[in-house]
Amino acid sequence: MASPAATRPAPQDEPLVSIDGLSVDFATPRGTIHALRNIDLEVPRGKVLGLVGESGCGKSTLAYSLIGLLSENARIAGGAIRMDGHDLARLGPRAWRDLRGQRISMIFQDPMTALNPVTTIGRQMMDIQYRDPGTRAQKRARAIEFLEQVQLPDAASKLDVYPHQLSGGMRQRVCIAMALLTRPDLLIADEPTTALDATLEMQIVTLLRELQEKFGCSVLFVSHHLGTVAELCDEVAVMYAGEVVERGAVAEVFNAPRHPYTQALFDCDPARIRVATRHLPTIPGTLPDLRQPPRGCAFRARCGKAFARCEVEHPPLYPAAPGQDARCHLVDPAEDAS
Amino acid sequence: MLLYAFQRFGLSVVIVMVAVSILTLMLHVVPGDPAVMILGPRATPELIEQTRVAMGLDRPLPVQIVTFFGNILRGDLGQDVFTGRSVSRIVFEQLPYTLILISVSILWAATLGIALGCYSALRRNTWLDTLTGVISVGTISIPAFVMALYSVLVFAVWLRWLPAIGAGEGFWDGIRHLILPSFAIGISWVGYVARIVRASMLEVMGQPHVRMARAYGLPDELITRSHILKIAVQPAVTLIGTGVAHLFSAAVFVEAIFARPGIGALIVQAVNERNYPIVLGAVLVTTGIIVLATLVSDLVIAWLDPRQREEL
Repeated sequence: MASPAATRPAPQDEPLVSIDGLSVDFATPRGTIHALRNIDLEVPRGKVLGLVGESGCGKSTLAYSLIGLLSENARIAGGAIRMDGHDLARLGPRAWRDLRGQRISMIFQDPMTALNPVTTIGRQMMDIQYRDPGTRAQKRARAIEFLEQVQLPDAASKLDVYPHQLSGGMRQRVCIAMALLTRPDLLIADEPTTALDATLEMQIVTLLRELQEKFGCSVLFVSHHLGTVAELCDEVAVMYAGEVVERGAVAEVFNAPRHPYTQALFDCDPARIRVATRHLPTIPGTLPDLRQPPRGCAFRARCGKAFARCEVEHPPLYPAAPGQDARCHLVDPAEDAS
Repeated sequence: MLLYAFQRFGLSVVIVMVAVSILTLMLHVVPGDPAVMILGPRATPELIEQTRVAMGLDRPLPVQIVTFFGNILRGDLGQDVFTGRSVSRIVFEQLPYTLILISVSILWAATLGIALGCYSALRRNTWLDTLTGVISVGTISIPAFVMALYSVLVFAVWLRWLPAIGAGEGFWDGIRHLILPSFAIGISWVGYVARIVRASMLEVMGQPHVRMARAYGLPDELITRSHILKIAVQPAVTLIGTGVAHLFSAAVFVEAIFARPGIGALIVQAVNERNYPIVLGAVLVTTGIIVLATLVSDLVIAWLDPRQREEL
């Protein structure tokens, strides 16, 4: 069997990663949490897929399962993550290590803690090239080249600097440089701008967009900020309570959200509120207890449009429009007919 | 780094000076005139006066302290009351024995302790981790002199494998004589160091930068060494640096039990004979070494962790 690290030419229209029925459980002292349930999603080749949802909806869990870094109490309970004919859900530790930093790399949420505090930037950037046969000088030059790619001023001098001597924005640029330096096919960005202030956020998003177009890798962009998703992503998947409730092209989903949760999420986005108000809208209620996921629709209890069917029947992802699916009975063509 | 080292060194000098001043004052607080102490109760007043002048005790206290400082800087710690030999020579004759004992003890204990702590953290909740934990706590709670007594009993008296007393002649014999005392002093440090390294390893292993290193598929050995251990070993370094004081006090007992020469044995003997210049000289040198050890541990941490260099 060929190593999954070996690149295999594949047709461009085939997705880079396809997730089929993925379920992830967390074992906790108070019971098993079914954090991801039956996820079906495709990461398109050379495009940016956004993953949005409120805290605790499972978007980070999904991101971490794509790089095999789930915490120790997590278990893949079912399903498959297919990439070039290999099932990542079944990879052993060695095979995972071969993939990471070669075909898949990741940008983390908090640049203040993601870099090794006791090692220079240059050393860290050279360490991640440990598989390359090149000389130290070549690796150093490559590190400088990528620091320049992320528009870090005076890149060469930054190699001898420790992370705590850089600002948060600079550190996130270093993290992006490191992630791209490995020339991954899939770049996972787990809320890379959440820990930054608003002006930096836009700079980093623009930079990611430019570099993604330049290097042509696929990006899985996890965020709860709808504005950055609209700016950066080609496709978007909305998650709620461990399920994908809506997915499709960004333009379609943002213009015509079909799932009530997606609609509510947009209604709560401060950037979309047109009329001055003293009260920011919220979605009433809380996430359901994921130890016992509800029988019908997971969003039922918080949904203003819920009806009898939602209580008994778990909705599948109905095709809502060309390239757009929503997990809501209201989208079911049969519902229209009746 | 160099600036930091200078700052730390300056601070150490201040600490030693404060310690010396306190020691000098203590000499005056101790009841009785030192001259009377030295000459005994039947000395004539003329002789006492003569000795007081010779010792500089007739001059004002601040002058005495300054003189004392001056003498220390020249390496003059006064004379042995009974033999009239130079105290600094006596102390420095005995010092190497204690330094070797302490260094060997802490070196093997730290190496084994760090290795065990590291292993326990990486393989936590295995039987070896549990065993290390039980043994660590067990050895921590046994004082060095008890360890010394039992190791003499088992290895020297019953098994007759190793010598029980003295420091030995020559290199190999010297090493044979070091084994039991350094075991007695070091064994509880293995437990201390292993526990503290395990705890801080576990803490560092959960930090985001370790997850990021994993996300780049770095080899486990590199992650353990340069991402985890380099940070996790710092509390152990501080513990050892400040623990040198405890090592000296352990050496006092252990040297007495093994009848080894050394600072510990010297202090015990001098205290019994009320030989104050020697007690003072030995304590002074010990203080200097303890301050030096703290300085070295601070510098090691600054070398390991760049964030520490900018404090102070």
